[in-house]
Amino acid sequence: MIESPLARLSDDQLEDLARELDAIHDEVFAELGDRDRRYITSMIEMHRRLAVLGRVLLFAGRYKPAWLAGTATLSLAKILENMEIGHNVMHGQWDWMQDPYIHSSSWDWDSASTPEAWKHSHNYIHHTYTNIRGKDKDLGYKIMRIDPHQKWVPIYLFQPVYNVLLMAFFEWGVAFHDLDLDAIKKREKSVKALKRELKGMARKAGRQIAKDYIAYPLLSGRKGFKSTLAANVTANIIRNTWAHAIIFCGHFPDQTYTFSEEEVAGETRGGFYVRQLLGAANIEGSPLFHVISGNLGYQVEHHLYPDMPSTRYAEIAPQIKEICERYELPYNTGPFLKQWATVQRTILRLALPGGRPRPKPGPFRRGSENGGAAWHPDDAERRRRGATARGPELPLDGVRVTMPEQP
Amino acid sequence: MFFTPLLPDDYLELIDPLWSSRELRGRIEAITRETADSVTVTIRPGWVWEGHEPGQYLRVGVIVDGVHHWRAYSITSDPGRADGFISITPKLVETGKVTPYLVRKARPGTIVRLGGVEGTFTLPDPLPERLLFISAGSGVTPIMSMLRDLARRGALRDVAHLHSARTPEAVIFGDQLRGLADRHDGYRLHVQHTGEYGRLAPADLDRLCADWREREAFLSGPGQMLDAMHAHWDEHADVARLHMERFQPVIGGDAAGGGGGVITFRASGETAHADGGTPILVAGEEAGAALPFGCRMGICHTCVGRLCSGRVRDLRTGKVSGTDGEMIRTCINAPEGPVEIDL
Repeated sequence: MIESPLARLSDDQLEDLARELDAIHDEVFAELGDRDRRYITSMIEMHRRLAVLGRVLLFAGRYKPAWLAGTATLSLAKILENMEIGHNVMHGQWDWMQDPYIHSSSWDWDSASTPEAWKHSHNYIHHTYTNIRGKDKDLGYKIMRIDPHQKWVPIYLFQPVYNVLLMAFFEWGVAFHDLDLDAIKKREKSVKALKRELKGMARKAGRQIAKDYIAYPLLSGRKGFKSTLAANVTANIIRNTWAHAIIFCGHFPDQTYTFSEEEVAGETRGGFYVRQLLGAANIEGSPLFHVISGNLGYQVEHHLYPDMPSTRYAEIAPQIKEICERYELPYNTGPFLKQWATVQRTILRLALPGGRPRPKPGPFRRGSENGGAAWHPDDAERRRRGATARGPELPLDGVRVTMPEQP
Repeated sequence: MFFTPLLPDDYLELIDPLWSSRELRGRIEAITRETADSVTVTIRPGWVWEGHEPGQYLRVGVIVDGVHHWRAYSITSDPGRADGFISITPKLVETGKVTPYLVRKARPGTIVRLGGVEGTFTLPDPLPERLLFISAGSGVTPIMSMLRDLARRGALRDVAHLHSARTPEAVIFGDQLRGLADRHDGYRLHVQHTGEYGRLAPADLDRLCADWREREAFLSGPGQMLDAMHAHWDEHADVARLHMERFQPVIGGDAAGGGGGVITFRASGETAHADGGTPILVAGEEAGAALPFGCRMGICHTCVGRLCSGRVRDLRTGKVSGTDGEMIRTCINAPEGPVEIDL
């Protein structure tokens, strides 16, 4: 049994930690402005230009170079649209702009999930109950055993197989997952609500299928139908596989901790922050890598502040590391292939019964192998002085561990 | 089908932001200084623009420090301008967010959102024989549009205009008003510099415009002046001939006017109770429903929801309406009895 660093911190330390992390959130939100707006609007514009370019190239898709270029462009457009734009806008990261369209309440995305269902299962359930076993339904997505604490059942023998299927059809997996059939069984959700969600999903799915698999292939003419269809299928699979890889690297690498309900009962805000810190893992990469992964390579920062514009994660990462060092907490991170490989190893190993939690990294040290960056001690002092009590979306009374009934 | 979940507009606007038909936009063509603390912003509206009546105001959406704000400004341009441009003339409010941006920072080429044109402070049709305009400070803005309209139509036949401003330099449109007076015998202008001669009071009317009782009067200025003049008309003349511009209709707060009721949100299943002065949006949010919202003043239509049953009261006008299936703006309507909304 590995002792979680959560148990080591005193109540006072947790309170100090909460104050410091709240202050970072407040500082960033106080200075959001034109620069941030320019980023998201130009990202949205870039997605649309790429989408048009990809579709146009595919009209010449019978010629191999055009097919390859068109498919690659369309894949990139879809990746940006889902990850850096859709996921983040629907998190409310850009709500502060008060823009009627770039807003979590009105945004829709190029994916099978309806925004309503996804926002409930992701923003609320996953981001509130992160890595609490039995509560966070994203922990293995109810179909996989990715934590040795999960009870083994024979179906898990097949998880290496359906994991590969899930990669290819991830958007459909997510849409199905958002329906949360489990909640029906537990009577947390009414059949009426499910019917309504199914209707919404059917409408959404219908449009998605009609667009990529019927309308554009037809528009390409009799000779172009097949090549455009193949390109669109390929682009969706590339986008799905990439999203699957990035998202699985967020919580399932060896470094992350999971929590029992007892461990988090009566959790304070400081406790919430520590759980997010321990339950998430970053991916190291270039700026381009972070853009096409929706800045989810900064999973730790994202889980501390889900409503903070994604571009700011890289900027606050040194401050988070510094806090980790002072409070002797780990800062989970690693190169993409390493993180991805540990996730796949876990999926293979835990398909079989048994298994133990993998060793966890020790406290973060500057210059150590798990990261480190230039940091000015003055910044910490400045923040401590200006600390205020406001923070991100988190109830003051900690996390309730009884699941509410879904609407 | 080709664009889902986006609209064709989302791609058209890449070519020209004014081509959006989802929302009306405009491009700032020129910004010219009027006085030390006011500018005229000339805007080329998108093709959906339906024109305005002189005296009406327009909500303009501008982005300041990355944040979108809606503000209402009187349109100061002639609706019959040959180039089709419109203009507003904001005066600096030092503590504000938007006017410091418009007066000091905005540059030609900037794209702004345009909300609907609203306002009932307009000239009657047919035009009355004799007109009286009374304005103070930036209250001259809706009247400027009226004067430009009248001048173009050759209708400045018998118009008296009493305007006041603190100093000669502070008179917005000073040169243009004097120019009109020079060119049109039927337009009589009196400008009072309040810094020197004090405010224009109801008692001054007999001296400055002896036949004020016989004129259709249009007032625009600070609330104090409007109240004083209104009382004066009420006592000494026909108040029905007095038209006033009260800027910024008050939304909400007036619980006495309506009945309120229980709101059921069909999509979320939430219910909320609202008194007669609370917008459906606010009541819903307080009850925990996640509702779409935008300007919160009835302009942008982001918050619209289909009314399944019941009736609602428009908090700006007090008008009660409601037919099943009607699209209503939750930010400016309060329930009038139980209502169900598909949101």
